[in-house]
Order: sequence, then C-alpha cells, then structure tokens
Amino acid sequence: MTPWLSLAIWIPIVFGVAILAAGRDRNHGVIRAVALVGSILGLLVTIPLYTGFDASSAQLQFVENMPWIERLNANYHLGVDGISVWFVLLTAFMTVIVVLAGWQVIETRVSQYYAAFLILSGLMVGVFAAADGLLFFVFFEATLVPMYVIIGVWGGANRIYAAFKFFLYTFAGSLLMLVALVYLYYASDGRFGIFDWHQVQIGMTAQILLFLAFFAAFAVKVPMWPVHTWLPDAHVEAPTGGSIILAAIMLKLGAYGFLRFSLPILPDASHALAGYVIALSLIAVVYIGLVALVQSDMKKLVAYSSIAHMGFVTLGFFIFNQMGMAGGIVQMISHGFVSGAMFFCIGVMYDRMHSRNIEDYGGVVNTMPKFAAFFMLFVMANAGLPATSGFVGEFMVILGAVQYNFWIAVTAGTTLVLGAAYSLWMYKRVIFGDVANARVAELVDVNARELAILLLLAATVLWMGLYPKPVTDLMDASVAQLLKHVAVSKLPQAVANP
Amino acid sequence: MNELDYVFRIPEFVLLVAACVVLIVDLFVSDARRNVTYLLTLLALLVVGAVVCVWLAQDVSLIAFGGMYIADPMGHVLKLFAVVCCGFMLVCAQSYARARSIWKGELFSLTLFTLLGMMLMISANNLLVIYLGLELQSLSMYALVALRRDDPRSSEAAMKYFVLGSLASGFLLYGMSMLYGATGTLEIDELARRVASGEVVSRASLLLGIVFVIAGLAFKFGVVPFHMWAPDVYQGAPTPITLLLSSAPELAIFAIAFRILVDGLLPLAIDWQKILALLAVASLVLGNLTAIAQTNLKRMLAYSTIAQMGFVLLAMLSGVSAGDPIAIADSYSAAMFYLITYALTSLGTFGIILLLSRQGFEAEEIADFRGLAKRSPWYAFVMLLLMFSLAGVPPTVGFYAKLVVLQALLSEGATVAAVSLAVIAVLFSLIAAFYYLRIVKTMYFDDPSPESAAVPLVAPADMRVALSLNGIMVLALGLLPQWLLQLCASAMTRTLGG
Repeated sequence: MTPWLSLAIWIPIVFGVAILAAGRDRNHGVIRAVALVGSILGLLVTIPLYTGFDASSAQLQFVENMPWIERLNANYHLGVDGISVWFVLLTAFMTVIVVLAGWQVIETRVSQYYAAFLILSGLMVGVFAAADGLLFFVFFEATLVPMYVIIGVWGGANRIYAAFKFFLYTFAGSLLMLVALVYLYYASDGRFGIFDWHQVQIGMTAQILLFLAFFAAFAVKVPMWPVHTWLPDAHVEAPTGGSIILAAIMLKLGAYGFLRFSLPILPDASHALAGYVIALSLIAVVYIGLVALVQSDMKKLVAYSSIAHMGFVTLGFFIFNQMGMAGGIVQMISHGFVSGAMFFCIGVMYDRMHSRNIEDYGGVVNTMPKFAAFFMLFVMANAGLPATSGFVGEFMVILGAVQYNFWIAVTAGTTLVLGAAYSLWMYKRVIFGDVANARVAELVDVNARELAILLLLAATVLWMGLYPKPVTDLMDASVAQLLKHVAVSKLPQAVANP
Repeated sequence: MNELDYVFRIPEFVLLVAACVVLIVDLFVSDARRNVTYLLTLLALLVVGAVVCVWLAQDVSLIAFGGMYIADPMGHVLKLFAVVCCGFMLVCAQSYARARSIWKGELFSLTLFTLLGMMLMISANNLLVIYLGLELQSLSMYALVALRRDDPRSSEAAMKYFVLGSLASGFLLYGMSMLYGATGTLEIDELARRVASGEVVSRASLLLGIVFVIAGLAFKFGVVPFHMWAPDVYQGAPTPITLLLSSAPELAIFAIAFRILVDGLLPLAIDWQKILALLAVASLVLGNLTAIAQTNLKRMLAYSTIAQMGFVLLAMLSGVSAGDPIAIADSYSAAMFYLITYALTSLGTFGIILLLSRQGFEAEEIADFRGLAKRSPWYAFVMLLLMFSLAGVPPTVGFYAKLVVLQALLSEGATVAAVSLAVIAVLFSLIAAFYYLRIVKTMYFDDPSPESAAVPLVAPADMRVALSLNGIMVLALGLLPQWLLQLCASAMTRTLGG
C-alpha cells in the first residue's frame, strides 16, 4: 500500500528543505520552478486520497501506524476520515496557489520564502492527518515557526509587531493544551491516540477544565471573539501568500481541533458550555461583521470578515446537529477558497499600487475589466450569494440553527445582510465609478499567471456552490459518527447513574 | 565482578593520568605549538568518553573504595555528556582564546580537572567525597573564569564567583555536618538506612541539615534566591568558560542532588519536596521576567538558565512522595533528559556567540546578532533551532524536555498542586518564548549593521562541524527523541532498581 498521507506530508517538506539547502539566492527561476514542482507533486499525491476514499465508512482510512516514541507510547499514526480528507486536499491545493501567487512578486530571499511555504504546507497536512495526540501537537506547534518567519521577513511595515503577536497569542493557547494532552495521556492509561481518548471517561470538573484548555488553544487559532485581535494585524502585515495560507488553512486548524478533541472527547463539557460558545460565535458574526464594515484597509476588511465567517463555523459545531456540523465544515472549506481568493485579489491590486487603502482606489473596472469580473465573483461568494460556495455552508448552518433555536438562527442570519454590506460596499468603492486617480489609470489587467490562479479559484468556488453533493457525501458518515460521540455522555458511569 | 579488575580502569583514573600528562607535556610546548596540547587534551577526552561508553554498554555497576565510589548507569550517561561538553568547549574556544591569548596550557589542564571534579561528584557515594568533587570542580572553575587576568570584568566575575561559591560550599558542608550529627554516618547508603529505620539522634537537626544542603545545591544550580552570581559570572567570564559553566556542572549537581535527596533522604521527601517547589516557582518567575529586560545576550542566557533550572527542579520534586522506584525513575529520568537537552542547546548557543566574536569584539550584545540570516543563513538557522528548542517549540528537542517534565508533574494524579505547578510552568514558558523569539527576530528581521556586514564569519573547520552537528542534533532529536529518552529512562531505572 502506498503511504499517500506520508507522501503528502513529506514531499513538500523535502522540497522545502532542498530549496533551503541549495540556499543561493541567485537563480530565482530555478527556485520557483522547483517549488512549483514540489507543490504540484504534493497535490498529485493527495488525489488518490479522494478517488480511493470509501465514503460509506466513518473509519480512518489510508492509515499508517508505526511506533514513533516508544518511551512515551506515541505513534506515527496517520489517517483521514471524511472530514479531514477535505482539509488535506485544501492544503495541497492552496499551496500550489500560493507558490504561483508569489511568482513575480517576491524578489528578496526567494529560496527561504518558498522553503518556508512548502515546509508549512507539509506540516499543516500533518496536523489534519495525525491520529496521535502528540504527533498532532508537534505538527500544530511546528506550523508557528515558518509562519512567524514569513510574517516577520516578507511582511509590511509593522511586520515585527504582527509576527510577535501572532506567535505569542497562539503559543499561549497551545501551551495550556499541552497540559491537557498530558492529563489525557494519564487518563487513558498512558496513551496518546486521539481515538483512544474518544473512549475515555472523564468526570465533569476535569472535563470543564480540559475543555477550557483546549478552548484556549483552538479559540485563539479560529479566532473567536475576543481573542481575535492578532488576526487583523497578522493578515495586514503578512505578504499575500502568507495571508492566503493564514486565512485558508491556519484558521481551520483551530476549528478542526474542536472537531477532533473538544467535541468527541469532552461531550458533557461541550454541552454544558455550548451556550457560551454560541454566544461568542454570534458576537463574532454580528459585531465583527459591523467592525468589518468600517474598515478602510481592504486586507483588514477581509480579515474581519474571516473572523465573522469562522463564527459561523463554531456556531455550526456547537448546535449539535448533522446540518449544523456539516454546514460548519462546508463553510470551513468554502472559506478556504473564498478568503484565499479575496486575499489574492487584493494582492494583485497591491502589487500594482502598493496600497491597501480603499480610498486610493476607484474605477478599477475601467482599467482592469477581467480582474473586476473575477473579483466580483469572489466578493459575491464572500457575501454568501447562492450558487457560490459561500452560500452552501451558511445556509446549512442557519438551517441547523433553526432546529436548535429560532432566535439564534435569526441573529446568525444577519450575516447575509452584513456580509453583503461590507463586501459589496468595498467592491463598489474600489472597482466602480470613474477612474479615481492617475495611478489607477495606469493599471494593467491581469497577466496569464494571475488569470490561471483566478480561474482555478473561480472554478472551485462555483463547483462547491452549484454541486456541493460530493463534498457533503464524503463527510456524511464521519459527521454522523462524530455526532454519535457527542451525544453519548463520557462521565464515569457511577456518576451518571447514581 | 572483581573490584580490583576495575579500579585501574575507572574513567576518573584515566582522566587523572591524562590531566597530569597534559600538564607536564605543556611545559615543554611553545605557544606556537600549543596544538600539541590541544590535540592531546581532545585525545584524553576521547579516551575517557570511550571508557565511559564501554562501561555504559557493558552495563557496569561498581561500588569501590569501601563504598565511597559508585559507578552506575545514571553516572555513565551524565559523565558521557559532561565529557561532550568539555570537548565542545575546547573545539569552539580555539579562535576566541587565541585572539585573547588565553590559549595556554592552563586552559586545558584546568578543563580536565574541572571534568575530573564533575565526574567525582557524579560518582560520589559519600558526603565527604561529594564535597571533595565539588571543590575540585569549583576551584578549577574559579580559575578558569579568571583566565583573562588582565581583563577587569573577568577578574571581577571570578572574585564574585569565588566568594559566593565558597559561601555555597560552606552551606553544603554545614548541612552535611548536620546530617552527620543527626545520623552519625557519611555514607549515603547507611544514611538512607538510618533515616528509614528512624535511628536518628535529632530529627530537627536532620531537617535543618536538609535545608542547608538544598541551599548549597541551589547555589550551585543557580536557582532563585541563590542565583545572584549567575548573571555577573556568565557575563564576565570568557565566553568559552561561560559555555562550559552553563552546561556541564549542572549535570554533576543533578547527580549530587539525586544521591543525597533520593538515595539518602527519600523518607523525608515530603519535607524537601516543598522547598524544591518554592525554589522552582521562584526561579521560573524571576528568571523569565528578568531575562526580558536584558540587552546583553550572555546575561539573558544566565537568567534563562535560572528559569530552565526551575523546570528541572519541577521534575525532581515529582514522583517522590510515594517512594515508588518506578515513579522516581520516571521523573528523575525526565529531569536528566531536560538537563542533557539543555546542556546540548546551551553549548550551541554559546558556540554561536563564539563564532561571531573576533579580535577585540565580544559579540555578546543581542544587537550584535542583527541580520545574521543575511550574513550566514546556515548559522542563523542553527541559532533559530537552538532558540526554538530553548523556548520548547516542536519539532526541536526542547519541546520533549518540557513535555516529559509536565508528564512527571502530573504522574501522581492531577492534584490541585500538580496542575497549578504545571500551569505556572507553561505560562512562564510563554514569557520565555518572547525573549528567545527576540533573538530570532534580531537575526532574521533586522538588517546587519554596516560594520559587521563587512566582516566575514571565519571559524576553524572543527568548530564549524561541531556547531553544525549540534544544530542537526537539536532537530534530529526533536523528530526522533526516542533514543535519548530511552537512554535516560533505562539508565535511571537500572540505577534505582540495582
């Protein structure tokens, strides 16, 4: 059996290390070509994961399991279920996009730039593929290192502040999670397997504390209000590729953590604290939506809209029904494509104008008609227009929320208004109207490379919007299995039946 | 086995002979041919290391000289790494010491005598032999710190180190005399027997003795509130000596602490556990907070050492309250693993400082690291790995060190005390991450100053190999830590079991 998952993790990393080792910053063309080959190979080896996936089973598939650290009983245990397989695919796909996006843009320390992204990509695939708690944590934490360097080296003016804020915020959360992992290790008689932990019985106090520890790690990563403040800084200062990876995949690590750890391991605490999580999610949807409305910086606007969209994801998870859960996951995947596309579009304009301020633009449609058309599609998807991927997830979550509580659904529904407002208003100010100034007049429309990226992203956004069935079909069994876990109390029996 | 078969092959004996040979040969060597002594010293270290390795491989356990000397697996492991530290120091010291005309015979013979002292400490099984080893190590070290006798800072540091170190030795000796007074023996084994059976003249003087012994050890470890010497000595000592000081002695002090506290005074664990907890928390808090404010890298590393030793103490206070040898082996092997990884990381860090320093320039300010990534991508990368390892970020070996300590802390059940200590430890790791990250920031995000950019980094080949190997080790052990974890665990288990 071919170890596809290992290949998906290690091919990008090996290519990244090779580029780094070759080191010399002279021959940019070769470095870029090698990086592209690496990322495409990384994408190709994930295709068998999709074609060979048995959608009827909720079990882990493509399992690889071998001893890693016998002393700690930690294994190199990989596998994907119907949920994580999508994120592996998403990561591999977005890596190709990112490599292409930096093609003519990055001119300094090119080899380090591509190496950082390829290594990051492999690590993120590792997070989604890990079935061992320690392995998960190692991948989860290791992603911080390349991202810290990416923001700090190739970022904007305030990059150092942003890099520190990004690192320390996320590190703070994960350290508490580490304590929780060690606790679970002992609670499960010295095991690190995530799926062993799903069977462990834990008392209520411990569950609540563990939930809070995991919550600290994942909520920061998602990010949820009020620990979201690192995201706008990191996004604004990161280079385009960094923003794309951050929005498209790194934010998903947190939400994915909820699915793998918090919900199935700590169902009772999840139920007990669901009200708070839902409240935080709704604040993210409504309040952060309003905050997005008043932004004058395009990247900041999209960053805030990301937080609002991720609020939908956590809302979907914590209403505990099939529709909401699946909707949340679809929303995660869709947001990966849409936010990636939005950041790429802003990057295209930034490369030409070196400004992210909305007021520096106006009438771009006159000089960049092709670009304006694609941007329109992605803005619509960001606003959740039907027939785009953005609609499917939000609609499913709202449907699920109606089953749970009507008023929660109504509050969540305001996103359709707010999302349209901030997305379309920005679009109007940037794209429509007369040519605002001389620099806009000199803009050149997208070149073949940019067009290719836009086409790829547009195709996925439309495909998921028009025919999301393959996506939901593949994950149905796993989501049902997860919900079954969440429904069963994990309290020790003596306490549950006094 | 026959004791006499081994007595003339004990590593200490080999080392003593080698040290005397080096001392004599050096008298006949001119300054220009100092390499003869250098190579002879390395050869001596190699032979001693080989003997230790053979003993470790053959699993030799030996009690000799009427029970005053003990050679056990734990001792072999610690000695091995002490030898590595000394060898690494000499390799890295070369160009630095030559430029400051301290590349003399004293450097070699004093280093060998320091090592002899440390090995004696590790193998001592009698309070007086412990003291003998400690004094041999300390006196050689005082002289080493003062090696640049025409440099006022070096002399000041040596003076401070000598006065405070003697005070600490006095504490230790006073404590030992109380233990002797209370139990009437200097033998560790006999001490243990009498304490366990209650044949104690005065419990009060026993407890007071423990307090003084721990205070003495705390001085030598450099933990709060007995840390005052560390920053000044680290800063004032010639950098190669700081390198040695920050790595090897801790290994030997750990062995003493193990012999006295666990081998000798285990029944009183409840009493000394609390003292260690207090020292640990104080070190974590003060060490980390003060390190933030440092601009001098050597001072910063001194404070970071203080904080790291706090972590070691956390492991040393775990698992002892029940007196169960398996639990003790687990937590003390965690402490040993932590110390060894810390020593390895510390070697590399000071090695990089040595690499950057040149004639008349010490490279000990953090600002001297500006733009290192542009001047030398490889050594900047090695330093990045070392910094992330000190911060405990995977995939570097420092992460597993933190992990096993947390595991040790929670091994006796998740009591409120254990969990709070764990949470304090991780929260202060977060603070520590900030100042380690600042070094990475300085190397990667800042531009080199014009005068330093003009100077190429030159180093002898053996130093470059040693530094590169060190960096690779930190990463390789981070990916596959099983080997070192198992080495520590099995050594500790056999030491406690046999």
